[in-house]
Amino acid sequence: MNSITEQLLGVVSDWDGSYKGAFNIREDGGCAGRQSSENIKIEPKNDNPGIVIRISSAAQQETVYIPACVTKAGVNDLVYNDFIVEDGADVIIVAGCGVHSEGEEEARHNGIHRFFIGKNAKVVYKEKHIGTGNGKGSKRIDPVTDVEMDENSYMEMDTVQIGGVTSSNRLTSAKLGKGAKLVIKERLMTDGDETAKSDFKVEMNGDDSSIDLISRSVARGNSYQEFVSTINGNCRCTGHSECDAIISENGRVNAVPGLYAANIDASLIHEAAIGKIAGEQITKLCTLGLTEEEAERKIIDGFLK
Amino acid sequence: MLQLNDIRWTTETGEKILNGIDLTVPDGKLTVITGPNGGGKTSLAKVIAGLYKPCGGQIIIDGNDVTDWSITERSKNGLAYAFQQPVRFKGLTVKDLLSISAERELSGAEVCHMLSEVGLCGRDYIDREADASLSGGESKRIEIATVLARKDAKLLVFDEPEAGIDLWSFTSLIEAFENIKKDSSRSLLIISHQERIMNIADYIAVVADGKVKTMGTRDEVFPSLMDKTSATRCSLRNS
Repeated sequence: MNSITEQLLGVVSDWDGSYKGAFNIREDGGCAGRQSSENIKIEPKNDNPGIVIRISSAAQQETVYIPACVTKAGVNDLVYNDFIVEDGADVIIVAGCGVHSEGEEEARHNGIHRFFIGKNAKVVYKEKHIGTGNGKGSKRIDPVTDVEMDENSYMEMDTVQIGGVTSSNRLTSAKLGKGAKLVIKERLMTDGDETAKSDFKVEMNGDDSSIDLISRSVARGNSYQEFVSTINGNCRCTGHSECDAIISENGRVNAVPGLYAANIDASLIHEAAIGKIAGEQITKLCTLGLTEEEAERKIIDGFLK
Repeated sequence: MLQLNDIRWTTETGEKILNGIDLTVPDGKLTVITGPNGGGKTSLAKVIAGLYKPCGGQIIIDGNDVTDWSITERSKNGLAYAFQQPVRFKGLTVKDLLSISAERELSGAEVCHMLSEVGLCGRDYIDREADASLSGGESKRIEIATVLARKDAKLLVFDEPEAGIDLWSFTSLIEAFENIKKDSSRSLLIISHQERIMNIADYIAVVADGKVKTMGTRDEVFPSLMDKTSATRCSLRNS
């Protein structure tokens, strides 16, 4: 792999020169390294570009790394990855993405991830995105995530967009079976003329399923963010979504939360707040010795932590 | 030493709150400012900390005229200020706040120790966000802890530290103030109505109508304050 990929991997997927266990490194649309483990098998797809990751029940607290990097302008990478998680497996999936460009043309990664999570399985999915480089061409990351959760399975998605991504359109959909629990924590930072859209659609179809969706975002400069969530409670279930956004300068945020209850025992809640950093927060940190700039940075870093 | 010379402050709507405050807070002593509600005590504390800019007068700390200094400059020069109404932060943990205050990354044990000084069991709070999920009393005690964490501070200003605090925590707080008093290089300025705080004061100033009405040692001022309080209670009882 090239040096830019190595740098990006360090930021988005805990790369320290090697990975332990199963991994697949995607670089500019090709494979830059792949390894299966005893319990996690990675195979190329036959129909589309991408891979199938099969996680057996024997995998317990194992980690698999599936990062993707675009390191130059003019690359438009599209990949389909399927994660098949067997009943009772317990796995951590690290799937960061970095897009780097020094050129005039667009650099783009479009990752379509499908998850099939078996009964009683547990998945922690970490996805960190970043754009780097001084190229005038836009840096785009458009992830699509589809999740199907079987009985009593658990999934925690921790997604972060650190910054530098010109445009991002994030689509996430999930169908939850009986007793399944989905936790989504999203943090987005945009600046300059960047745009980021997040669209969540969650169907709770099995009794006692639950979703907890927390989105925190910061929009600075002239950037624009859109948060759309639709939580459908079709059974006895609980749903909670929370969208908190800080805007500064000319940043704009549009939050469109939606709750749809189709069962009398569906309990759904939404909370949303958009605003600038409270002046008293800056003041308090100044009384502790920080400058206004340091205080603002501290507040934003903490908010997105 | 903190010296206030003819401090005046008017609200944006033109209401005169501080009408020429003259006050000296000696080094290594505990000075309490007390007085009726609406008399200007909190505004005075905010003027001292730099949150409000006075429209007249001078603030001198250790010989430096700090009247035009920013909040940050005052803090960096040894002034610590505890808000009457604590500020909430979504995302910053209690440990984060105390570490910022101490100007270094604190260990869990250090945070526990600091929180125990204000009557909180540290383990339950270290990683909690200092946000609206905390009760008023918890926030207040954490606010006080952020000031106690400032080991380099020479002048510590507390605005009604007793507000929202239970009796047991209040006893811990009194002990913390008494410990600070033992350090002759640090001064305490506390806005308070609380008898137990006035009882450990070296000096007491009574501020009302935006002016210092009385200033003296505790023995000089405290008995007359108690007489007035008793008289007020009697008159209420007889009315």
